[in-house]
Amino acid sequence: MSENVNVFEDDFWSINEKLNELLKNTNSLSVLLIDKAGQLITTAGDISQLDTTSFASLSAADFAATSQLAMLVGEKEFATLFHQGEKQNIYVASIESRVMLAVVFDQRTTLGLVRVRVKQTVAELIKIFQAIFSKLEGGPGSGGPSPLGSDFASEAESELDNLFK
Amino acid sequence: MSLINYSSREINCKVVYYGCGLCGKTTNIKYIYSKVAPDAKGKLISLATELDRTLFFDFMPLDLGSIKGFKTRFHLYTVPGQVFYNASRKLILKGVDGVVFVADSQVERLDANVESIANLQDNLAENGFNIENIPFVIQYNKRDLPNIASVDELRSQLNKWGVPDFESVAHQGYGVFETLKEVAKKVLKNLG
Repeated sequence: MSENVNVFEDDFWSINEKLNELLKNTNSLSVLLIDKAGQLITTAGDISQLDTTSFASLSAADFAATSQLAMLVGEKEFATLFHQGEKQNIYVASIESRVMLAVVFDQRTTLGLVRVRVKQTVAELIKIFQAIFSKLEGGPGSGGPSPLGSDFASEAESELDNLFK
Repeated sequence: MSLINYSSREINCKVVYYGCGLCGKTTNIKYIYSKVAPDAKGKLISLATELDRTLFFDFMPLDLGSIKGFKTRFHLYTVPGQVFYNASRKLILKGVDGVVFVADSQVERLDANVESIANLQDNLAENGFNIENIPFVIQYNKRDLPNIASVDELRSQLNKWGVPDFESVAHQGYGVFETLKEVAKKVLKNLG
């Protein structure tokens, strides 16, 4: 199914570079890139205090629920979400309706700055993701042998047998 | 929508437990959570009402270890079973890699099961999936209760695709890991 997001090494580094730039330019605490199914793609900044798996799953659910709210009022989706806390805030933006960029920040920066910088980063990330999606859909790999290797399925099966013994 | 990260060598897959209200989806996840070693699981998140009915979803990440050098992790979700939460169910199926349909074996819940599996089929279709192509297993739960339908009857009503099916008593753990293992196998086969 071409819905899958497979991230290859080169793309991964250019994505990470953009996230680190955003982190620095906004003076935020952390930046997370999450797919719409709730899986974490990559992060930048200090995530030591953050349960990133839960964060990813809940943000995806949050975004999905908000998109439905958008439709109820006649919008296709709300492109961004903002959650304001006492000390920390979260700003989430959608990238090509398939990936989300979440920024966690505190009083050392402002919503205005985060908003402007996120907009720039989203525009840059869209280019990278469009390249990834076209690679997946039209590239030489599509429909061909799995990049995981042909014996992946059999190895996975024996690994599962071990795990559930 | 599995996520394969070739750089950090990680594979993430999403499995959804589906079924009518009170059929035991959350019980399955809670049992798995209670039995898996602490280093192989993340936090169990339950978005539930104060009466423990699932409001949005339950979620638990489960590490399966390393397969061909890829750290493989499953994200297990349940949907809210009650009929009026359909919008939430549809959202949770977004990007799903495998589905477990948990059926309530009690005779009086047969109609609810049939309705729920039809609803699953519709919601998968709305998310661009075909129930016949997606990794899918069925679990007949609550086999310890007295007023249950026979497996043959359940099978004829619910399993018209002939997918792997299992009997279970989720609160005692009977059949829970067998079901998970089968769906995990099918999901990983699909990736390879």
